Amino acid sequence: MTKQLPRVDVVLVGFGWTGAIFAEKLTAAGLDVLALERGPWRDTPSDFATTFAQDELRYYWRHGMFQEASQDTLTFRNNSAQTALPMRRWGSFLPGNGVGGAGVHWNGQTYRFLPSDFVARSHNEERYGPLPADMTVQDYGVTYEELEPHFDYFEKICGICGQAGNVDGETIEGGNPFEGMRSDQYPNPPMRMTFSQDRFAASARALGLNPFPVPSANMSRAYVNPLGMQLAPCTYCGFCEKHGCGNYSKASPQTTIIPVLMQRPNFGLRTNSEVLSVEKTPDGKHATGVTYVDTSGEVWFQPADIVILCAYPLQNTRLLLLSEIGTPYDPRTGEGVVGKNYCYQVMSSATVFFEDEYTNGFVGAGALGMVVDDYNGDNFDHSGLGFIGGGYIACGTTNARPIESHPVPEDVPRWGSAWKRAVRENFLKTTSVGVHGSSMAHRSNHLDLDPTYKDVWGRPLLRMTYDFTLNDRRLTEHLTPVAEEIAHGMGGAHVKVNARRGSYDSEPYQTTHNTGGTIMGTDPASSVVNRYGQSWDLPNLFVTGAGLFPQNAGYNPTGTVGALAYWSVDAIINRYLPDPGPLVRP
Amino acid sequence: MSRLRNALLAGTFAGALGLWIASAAMAQELSFSQVERGRYLATASDCVACHTNIEEGGKRYAGGRGLETPFGTIYSSNLTPDEATGLGGWSRDEFYRALNEGISRDGSHLYPAMPYPHFTKMSREDADAIFAYLRTLEPVTAEIPENALPFPLSIRMSVAGWKLLFFDKVDFAVDPDQSQEWNRGRYLVDALAHCGACHTGKNLLGADKEDEYLRGGTLDNWYAPNIRGGVNGGLADWEAEDIVRFLGEGRSRHTAPMQRMGEVVGLSTQHLRDEDLMAIAVYLKSLDDAPREEAEAPAQARLETGEAIYFDNCAACHSADRSGVPDIFASLESSNKLTAEDPATVIRIILGGARAQQTEAVPSQIAMPGFAWKLTDQQVADVVTYLRAVSDRKAGPVSAGEVEDMREHLEEK
Repeated sequence: MTKQLPRVDVVLVGFGWTGAIFAEKLTAAGLDVLALERGPWRDTPSDFATTFAQDELRYYWRHGMFQEASQDTLTFRNNSAQTALPMRRWGSFLPGNGVGGAGVHWNGQTYRFLPSDFVARSHNEERYGPLPADMTVQDYGVTYEELEPHFDYFEKICGICGQAGNVDGETIEGGNPFEGMRSDQYPNPPMRMTFSQDRFAASARALGLNPFPVPSANMSRAYVNPLGMQLAPCTYCGFCEKHGCGNYSKASPQTTIIPVLMQRPNFGLRTNSEVLSVEKTPDGKHATGVTYVDTSGEVWFQPADIVILCAYPLQNTRLLLLSEIGTPYDPRTGEGVVGKNYCYQVMSSATVFFEDEYTNGFVGAGALGMVVDDYNGDNFDHSGLGFIGGGYIACGTTNARPIESHPVPEDVPRWGSAWKRAVRENFLKTTSVGVHGSSMAHRSNHLDLDPTYKDVWGRPLLRMTYDFTLNDRRLTEHLTPVAEEIAHGMGGAHVKVNARRGSYDSEPYQTTHNTGGTIMGTDPASSVVNRYGQSWDLPNLFVTGAGLFPQNAGYNPTGTVGALAYWSVDAIINRYLPDPGPLVRP
Repeated sequence: MSRLRNALLAGTFAGALGLWIASAAMAQELSFSQVERGRYLATASDCVACHTNIEEGGKRYAGGRGLETPFGTIYSSNLTPDEATGLGGWSRDEFYRALNEGISRDGSHLYPAMPYPHFTKMSREDADAIFAYLRTLEPVTAEIPENALPFPLSIRMSVAGWKLLFFDKVDFAVDPDQSQEWNRGRYLVDALAHCGACHTGKNLLGADKEDEYLRGGTLDNWYAPNIRGGVNGGLADWEAEDIVRFLGEGRSRHTAPMQRMGEVVGLSTQHLRDEDLMAIAVYLKSLDDAPREEAEAPAQARLETGEAIYFDNCAACHSADRSGVPDIFASLESSNKLTAEDPATVIRIILGGARAQQTEAVPSQIAMPGFAWKLTDQQVADVVTYLRAVSDRKAGPVSAGEVEDMREHLEEK
């Protein structure tokens, strides 16, 4: 039997980056806010102590802080002709779990999407003519200029370390010449680079490209953020991605926001509480709260005036489908919206092997790198290329974690003494040039509920139907040779190209940059939420996160996720609360 | 409001110096303000720390917290105005007598775990203000457990003998040669905040040793460091501003308050006015200390071992050169805890870890993890010996046996 709890002003579903951002702003505005998190409590001193944080076996190979696939996973297929099967072990991407969400185990690469990324359809059609019929690319409904103050604030919350390229229209040497206009510098200087970045930058410059430091949420120096939270200098230990940081050096909800929130009497958090569905009024026009289940199987109804979905994009989509909110997307007719425009990213790389020089890749950090943006977004002329979008090309020294990292040249056996010898010879002498390619929405790639498989609570699993598109293939074929050329210019003995070929494979790790499914836009017929992240159907329901992206850009998403969250919560406080109702009239 | 505050502040100050003669009219006028003043003074005296059962989530000021003393466990009393179990039936005079003479309402002697050897210096006006504030609390009925003391200490009359030997009922004496600020600082340190309760060495019967005044003391296996700020003092390399920030914000360029002192900062000093914190700092900075005795130099091999352990385990946060990160990770170049004669605190923190206090000004949760599972007794002893030997203030070697004792103590807890 469902037990009823006392009403709160706002209930947040999920407590990672966006949950923390919404909670901080809404409690500061005086509202009573309750966050429900399906995973456990986690804080830096107890859970990521330096004495055991760098445990690769526990955190990566045994998935120490990811969603428990035996309780809840998703099913996958490449296309509608196949039968989707459950992913029983995560591979291609790693959904987080617990307080802080994926914001705990991210790398910290914190980009702003390009101004043209937010108007991908109108911009590209204006420049290159109509897009192919199956390419369901859309504009966000919000512009870079509108998001700029929110990008700026999120960068200050995180203490991002970088080199600006365009402040108030003035181009600054050493920064990204293609970036949108910034109102301010980064709050901290770039990280210290290593041998590999120096070689990459020199090679890229020789090719006429414009290298700049990766904007990093790993601290280049001690920093205090606007909420008074302290971050410590990074030690370059190389255990960022897939791990929590024990040195307070990586911006995460724990190191930047949550301790402030926990002091506020109008904030509440319930962990190990998984939301089963969003409830509605009988006329289906308002959300009344959420139903959740705790670990003992007890089911509770939490009434709230405002419901905000702050879970991972895949979970937000599934929750809307399970709650029968919005019309599910149908790839045959192209109608419906929930689950539409699921996108990913297209990764490839070129590994450089040096003979006499040491790269010492273990001296790393999640966002330590140099990058060029000359082939990202619409920074280059796509005329006649047959694709839109692009990607950055970067040389990062993120880690040389011993179980994960043993790059060897192509002609080396995969096991045995020859392989061991090659690992020994190359471990300290390799680096990699990676391409981080965008992913344009396609009519057939989508999310819906699986007809067969269910989770531990008996709810249908989410089903993912996804494959790389023609646009993706042309993009990667165009950009990978550029990475290869830069790699060859770095002075190594061999270069090994890891091209992106064939269909999408859900097994090898690629990136946890799943986007879409709850996309934002200008029209209820083609988007789930309006430009403020507000549901077109239930005006007191908001959705956050990378699920809002109508298609994925060639960057890591967190910077834009943070900016959209601050933009949205600003609209709730300054527009919605004074006059609750739809913020955009269709 | 700020004018009233200033008036109050001046009043507090003058009252503390025994110069203020309140007219009846003024007392009337200030009856509300007196409560507010009492709240501030109770905060400065950190009454809430002992008189709240923090470990078990007890109500504020309702008592029942078990205070570990070398002689047994003493439970704090209920200060809320509950008739049956609290101060409900107490008069203002009885309250003053408890603070001033260590005598309870029924005439029995209070154990000196209640720091009346310090509170005896508190002015009558300040004691009355605290009483006025305590009367405004919501009454909480809370029975206090029996003290767990061995015979003959379980007999309260035994305290009479103790008082005869060690307790002097004295008024606070203003030093006319010193500034008002210095005198205010001394009044806060000695009469209200009772810093010496931890930071002054004790004799075998738990009484302050006069010649150990604020030179550091051991309590419940924590060593409260030397906090004299003058030449040779434990805070010699601290500026007055460092002390103010440490007490007010819970951070400084040297170190942060942790564990027991963290509690003091969290409950008490962060809520004090900056001018009071500066007065405390000015007073502490005026206290010189005797030069340290020459420390025995450890063997070179131990230093090398200790340095290697330091580099592998500690340098990532505390820096390879031991300078730490200002405001975040403590400097180990001249730490008064590290170089104390009694290394209890540094050993305890290495074994068990410690958390820097979260304050309103600095909400970060910075902590050091425990290394008990990772380092042997000998390794802890070696790294501490190394750090003490290379510190600005040199201190002698530490043995594995000392670490073993602390490990056993922590495992028992």
